[in-house]
Amino acid sequence: MNTLIRSVSDSGVVAHRNLLNVLRTPGSMVSGVIQPVMFVLLLAFVFGGSLGGPEYREFLIGGIFAQTLLFNSSFTAVGLANDLQKGLVDRYRSLPMSRIAVILGRTISDLSTSSLSLLVTAVCGLLIGWRVTTGPSEALLGIAVLLFFAFATSWIGVFIALTARSVEVAQSLGLVWLFPVAFVSGAFVSIEAMPAPLRVFAEWNPVTAVASAARELFGNAPPAGLAQPTGWPAENPVLYAVLSSAAIIAVFAPLALNRYIRISAR
Amino acid sequence: MNPEDHVIDVEGLSKSFGKHQALQGIDLRVPRGHVLGLLGPNGAGKTTAVRVLTTLLRPDSGRVRVAGHDVVTDPGAVRRSIGLSGQYAAVDEKLTGFENLRMVGRLYGMNRRQATERARELLRRFRLSDAADQRSVAYSGGMRRRLDLAGALVARPEVVVLDEPTTGLDPRGRMDTWEVVSALVEDGTTVLLTTQYLEEADQLSDTIVVIDKGVVIARGSADALKEHIGGSRMDFVLADAADLDSAAGIVADHGSGRPETDRGARRLSVATSGGQTSLTHALAALERGGVPVVEVALRRPTLDEVFLELTGQDEKAAVPAPAAGGPR
Repeated sequence: MNTLIRSVSDSGVVAHRNLLNVLRTPGSMVSGVIQPVMFVLLLAFVFGGSLGGPEYREFLIGGIFAQTLLFNSSFTAVGLANDLQKGLVDRYRSLPMSRIAVILGRTISDLSTSSLSLLVTAVCGLLIGWRVTTGPSEALLGIAVLLFFAFATSWIGVFIALTARSVEVAQSLGLVWLFPVAFVSGAFVSIEAMPAPLRVFAEWNPVTAVASAARELFGNAPPAGLAQPTGWPAENPVLYAVLSSAAIIAVFAPLALNRYIRISAR
Repeated sequence: MNPEDHVIDVEGLSKSFGKHQALQGIDLRVPRGHVLGLLGPNGAGKTTAVRVLTTLLRPDSGRVRVAGHDVVTDPGAVRRSIGLSGQYAAVDEKLTGFENLRMVGRLYGMNRRQATERARELLRRFRLSDAADQRSVAYSGGMRRRLDLAGALVARPEVVVLDEPTTGLDPRGRMDTWEVVSALVEDGTTVLLTTQYLEEADQLSDTIVVIDKGVVIARGSADALKEHIGGSRMDFVLADAADLDSAAGIVADHGSGRPETDRGARRLSVATSGGQTSLTHALAALERGGVPVVEVALRRPTLDEVFLELTGQDEKAAVPAPAAGGPR
């Protein structure tokens, strides 16, 4: 119990430090803000015209939420790699603090960047015709599901940083996997039109579930022309979004902790 | 002395990185309240030793105990007993000096009030009070290093490990650091510091351990080290630089080791264990050989000469390190 309290308290200290860093480096928030704006504009007006116009724009925002939060995991990777490179993690490791606090503190503080991205995406959505048509409790649940997903993908970022160790490598490794995972999904298009192997991947891709869960909980119907997928994940998007996020944490948190402990046992 | 009195007790410590053997069985023993200076050139293995002692690296073999705790089996207890100040000042530039120290205090398990008080106290002690609420990015190199040092002392640790505490500091910053180390010793703290500077090791340490290529090549006080490489040195300044080579041949018979020549200064220098007698004989031999000498000296070697002697010539490296302990 004592260890648990200590872990929570240490994670809080680390998260507080990270937040002060973010607040004092306004530039670090810029991509978290610009990225969703860019994707909203690109998809709503460049692709959206061919995909269903206003109806598509309302559908789109759920996908942007999922894609933006997934992309934010790269901020975790770069932020932590930066601490590693600067020797700050060595200082942490020489202290009698909780082992998990350095990485748990990071994933917690990065929720702030994700919350900001979420807010920016929502504002962009409202400007182009997206609306929340459900009640407050469903909307709040929608936000919770999104932030839980953001927290989960952040652990992938932690794992990448601890594997890469240098900022440059973390930056490129942290980005390459995002595009296939974000786009081979139902975030922006109907997965029914994809060839079989991609469709199966997209069907079980958590990004698909998170995007569908957001649409369901915010009450955004798909455009009439967009064929709807079937199958268990498609029929239970909220449950599957939560389960798959939990699975990501269950896999990557131990991997990351293990890496963290062994990182200099070279 | 009772083995428990050795706050740092290292036996047969080895560590390799792939094929590179960074440490090949070193032994270190530091009694409570003493300062051990770990001296060696770049790449000698000093930082590796520090990283093992502070639980940042696991040793391949050997036994390493700090403050009575084994670094492998009980790293948590070791971390509670040590303070580390790294070679690269690990301060968070975006935080103020106060925030940096308070964070470290909190992570040592202090509550908010304790951590705040301790941070203020250390800032005063390290003359950083005026800059306490400035972000440390604005600090000078010396201030940053003082802040990093203060970070190592937050929890009043039994053992303080300083990895090249003065590298990159101006003379003023170096003096400041020396003062801090002296004050620590007065408080009874045990200190291990690494340095590339003999002068610094001489000033600060009770014992100097010289390591090179992962092996301890000498240990003892600065005086003992000087004694160790052959008593004293003879210097001759010649009237004509052209005589240097022949003079070196003559002088070599009366000294130990190869004479060093400095053509610009027309100077010839050689170690000797025979003191005054050797000097008289060497001088007479030079006269017989027709080499005019304008200046003569018999003196103790400088520490730099000791260092070069110890690290430069492997076959002469005097005190061999004991063999590494077996694998655990």
